[in-house]
Amino acid sequence: MSLPPSIEPAVPGRRDFLGMAGKALGILAAAELLAVVVAYLAPGKGGAGRGAGLVVAGPVGEFTPASVRAFPAGQFYLVRLADGGFLALSSKCTHLGCTVPWNEKQRNFPCPCHASTFDERGDVLSPPATRALDLFPVVIEGGIVKVDTSRRIARARFEPGQVAYL
Amino acid sequence: MPAAALPLPLTFGLGGAAAVLFLLLAVTGALLLVVYEPSPERAHGTVVRLVDEIPFGALVRNAHHWAANGLVLVSGLHLLRVFYRGGHLPPRKGNWFVGVALFVLVIGCAFTGYLLPWDQLAFWAVTIATGMLEYVPLAGGALLRAARGGAEVGPATLARFFVLHVAILPTTLLLLLALHFWLVRKVGGVILPAGVGDRASPRGPLVPTSPHLTQREWAAALVVLAGVMTMAALWNAPLLAQANPGLSPNPAKAPWYFMGLQELLVHLHPAFGAVVAPLLGLGLLLALPALSGGEPPTGRWFGSPRGARHALLAALAGAVLTLVAVVVNEPLRRGKPWLPALPPAVRGGLVPLAALLALLGLVAWLSRRRGATRQEAVQAAFTFALASFVVLTLVGVLLRGPGMALVLP
Repeated sequence: MSLPPSIEPAVPGRRDFLGMAGKALGILAAAELLAVVVAYLAPGKGGAGRGAGLVVAGPVGEFTPASVRAFPAGQFYLVRLADGGFLALSSKCTHLGCTVPWNEKQRNFPCPCHASTFDERGDVLSPPATRALDLFPVVIEGGIVKVDTSRRIARARFEPGQVAYL
Repeated sequence: MPAAALPLPLTFGLGGAAAVLFLLLAVTGALLLVVYEPSPERAHGTVVRLVDEIPFGALVRNAHHWAANGLVLVSGLHLLRVFYRGGHLPPRKGNWFVGVALFVLVIGCAFTGYLLPWDQLAFWAVTIATGMLEYVPLAGGALLRAARGGAEVGPATLARFFVLHVAILPTTLLLLLALHFWLVRKVGGVILPAGVGDRASPRGPLVPTSPHLTQREWAAALVVLAGVMTMAALWNAPLLAQANPGLSPNPAKAPWYFMGLQELLVHLHPAFGAVVAPLLGLGLLLALPALSGGEPPTGRWFGSPRGARHALLAALAGAVLTLVAVVVNEPLRRGKPWLPALPPAVRGGLVPLAALLALLGLVAWLSRRRGATRQEAVQAAFTFALASFVVLTLVGVLLRGPGMALVLP
């Protein structure tokens, strides 16, 4: 003998509801756990206080036009373009993060890891890198060139507005 | 156990050799742990002290190094042996997935261990490899920071890699290894060539496992041990100067088992070289049982003599075409981009990848037309991809000089 259909409730009963609520809470708990683990493992960018990464490069006159000088401690190159403008290029390859050396003879930055090359403005000359070398802001105060290495500026390519002039 | 499972050319004892190497790594690893200190200030110094001052310190470190390289090689060969004799097909399909996971764990162990000496080799290999995470869509930046514990490779990275290398990865590996062995036992041992037995005893005549198998395994284990210790006595594990974040060595090369990938990264758009290609490779390994259709394996090498012939031809084609592609692309990638109208991701990623997939399809289709079974056709296409990867690895290891330019060895 089978039960008449009216016994079966039309709307989800208490058991169904509790079952679903249990699953939902389980998913919520798993999501929370994941968020905690991710937050634990991926700390925020942190970032030093203002002025912490300020590197005093030297008086403007020390840098002849069309020259590149390395600042290994700050991990950047101070480039003075032929027109007298300054660019502080990060020495970190934008492909996978190797340090690029400056090749004076060929006047480019060849990456030793995957053979990307960049010109003196940081633009990509040959792939696999897809974007120009990062910049650090250059400030010229009272004839002294300073570079703020705490603020890394990512860019797609060189644009004239990025150059700092006296 | 079946007497037919004993001859060496059936398995070359590769699985057993891998297990021996794992044990050797556990023992030498425990010895290294007594001396090593995982902090950027102390790590390199403790390794130098280990090599210079501790009695037999260099020997233990060398043995760990060569056993690790050996394990990557041997477990890779073991994986290929299983595939080329049909051990990835039902009823062993589940264990194939466990095996692929074990192989990934072995690579993970080798790679996390690579950072620990904190020398120039370690620092830059890990900078490059973790940098690849940045090209993962959407979550790239967060993944990168989670792997490194910050924006750059530093003390937090060393702490992460240390705990992965000495605790999490080996424990996972050990648990999965137990499952791997149990699944081999459950299915009745290694795959045997069809026709070794008859209806009454399908696995042929049986012999006692001890001493028949155990004596052979002991002998094999001693050979492996002697091989590793000889290498450890003759060749030192490399140790460069302490890590210097301001200076990449030129050329900066990854460990050999990653050189195929590094070579790929020279040629392809980073999103494809760093993310799509490795995932496709792993996906291909996992898809192999499903791709082969439902035919039962013959248990013979390459399925049949025809399968072996097709695999050999595919390997030759893959090797030659890859070498030609690398040489032809060398001047091209330094010059003006071809098809400049296309975005770099399409030109340097989607187009070469589609070409590769088309070639794989072509190989399988040709093989099928020449009378191969579906499994043999899949095997030919896989062999084409494998030969291509091997050639990329060899080019990266042997033919790349300063600035990653092509040079003669």
